[in-house]
Amino acid sequence: MSLFYFVAFLTILFSLLVIFTKNPVYSVLYLIATFFTFTIHYILLNAQFLAVVNFIVYMGAIMVLFLFVLMLMNLNKETEPVKSNLIKIIGVIAGGTLLVTLIGSIHALQTTAASATPNSEIGLVANLGKVLFSEFLLPFELSSLLLLSAMVGAVLLAKKDKRTQNG
Amino acid sequence: MELAFLFEKLILVTILFVLTLSIAAYSTWAERKVAAWLQDRVGPNRAGIFGLLQPLADGGKMFFKEEIIPSGSNKWLFIAGPSLALLVSFLGSAVIPFGQNIELFGRVVPLQVTDINVGILYIFGVVSLGVYGIMIGGWASNNKYSLMGAIRGASQNISYEIAMGLCIIALLLVTNTLSFKEIAEQQHSWHWNVIYQPLGFLIFIICAFAETNRVPFDLPECETELIGGYNTEYSAFKMGAYMFAEYINMFVSSAVMAVLYFGGYNYPFMDNVNALLGPTWGPLIGVAVMFIKIIAFIFFFMWVRWTIPRFRYDQLMDLGWKILIPLAIANIVITAIVITVVDKL
Repeated sequence: MSLFYFVAFLTILFSLLVIFTKNPVYSVLYLIATFFTFTIHYILLNAQFLAVVNFIVYMGAIMVLFLFVLMLMNLNKETEPVKSNLIKIIGVIAGGTLLVTLIGSIHALQTTAASATPNSEIGLVANLGKVLFSEFLLPFELSSLLLLSAMVGAVLLAKKDKRTQNG
Repeated sequence: MELAFLFEKLILVTILFVLTLSIAAYSTWAERKVAAWLQDRVGPNRAGIFGLLQPLADGGKMFFKEEIIPSGSNKWLFIAGPSLALLVSFLGSAVIPFGQNIELFGRVVPLQVTDINVGILYIFGVVSLGVYGIMIGGWASNNKYSLMGAIRGASQNISYEIAMGLCIIALLLVTNTLSFKEIAEQQHSWHWNVIYQPLGFLIFIICAFAETNRVPFDLPECETELIGGYNTEYSAFKMGAYMFAEYINMFVSSAVMAVLYFGGYNYPFMDNVNALLGPTWGPLIGVAVMFIKIIAFIFFFMWVRWTIPRFRYDQLMDLGWKILIPLAIANIVITAIVITVVDKL
């Protein structure tokens, strides 16, 4: 249990650092560290498959692309645009609304029964696969369609750009 | 019992660590010797017999050279880059089984540090982390050539990871497990996976070349265009760390290929040999076989380096996206159809 609190502390620390660092590349690096602590949380919950997939997809692929884009644009502290007061106020209002929503939803949730995991072995590959391909087949396939449509959109955008360049 | 278990793992990890380091060190020597042999030269022959002390001399040189941190660079990330590259390269060997269970001093010891049931995915994750060392180092150098190298490294790794993952899916259809130990056991004697997955193996080895940044895909450090790529600004031991990480990656990927496709520690007629030599010496022969396979793969890496010229960047992307990925998908479809038909018969 103390391990959980230590890892949770690290998660919150790194996520705060993501927000408070000025340099966007540092932010992404702290975000990577945050995702790494998520992986540890999954392992503590005996969800090995989810841990490794989080590791591969978020730390290994998505964050590499984030870093890639930021390095390509080479954003530095000097080049960061000065934000006007109006934008800052809008940001505070939006953030405050999100905070209220989150607190409200946490309040609405009945957290009385510290939900005992029905099956601690559910996170292992074989069990997860069986559940995904029987009980949750429809949502699983629908989410893959969602990803496919995003991919088609990305290809379309890239293609259009090329044509205008050539012509 | 618990203490003995910890002790056993500690010894295993130490042996593996020292072994990985020495194989990486002697890979640098072997690379020069192989280059010399292929180009009809002599190669290093001054330090020790056949130049065998050359890696020690090189290591000493790297420690005593002046460390230069460019003034415009980002100091912490400049140091973090090579450290991360070296750290991550060591992680992979934890899940590789180097032999059958061996009987030592009345205890049965598995020759694998840990057998997690998602072993293949773990290796895949470690491989995808490997690019951070290159990216962070290249960016922190504050040099446009380093940055170009870093960005090339990132896009190359991501592109070839896809084809590599698709190969692994086809392999999983054959093996039905993600655990390295079970995969190794399934390939008992001569039932090696390369027989069932020849195309998958071909794509996998091409991707392994790209993931380890070896020639013909060493575009992140392409000397002719980018001076030295991501490690242009590095000197002394930080440079050595990057070089070492490359050789350790080569060792780990050779070991992975040996286990996944070439039977790992299995060899024909191993049952007869094991019956003859008993539970201690029999598995040791298996370990020797495993290392022969790994060394053969490392030799192959070097052979290709001195045979095939470097790809152009657009050719690299075309090969990855337009040839390897469609081929890997076709491989999955064919494998799935064959398995279904064979099951029905």
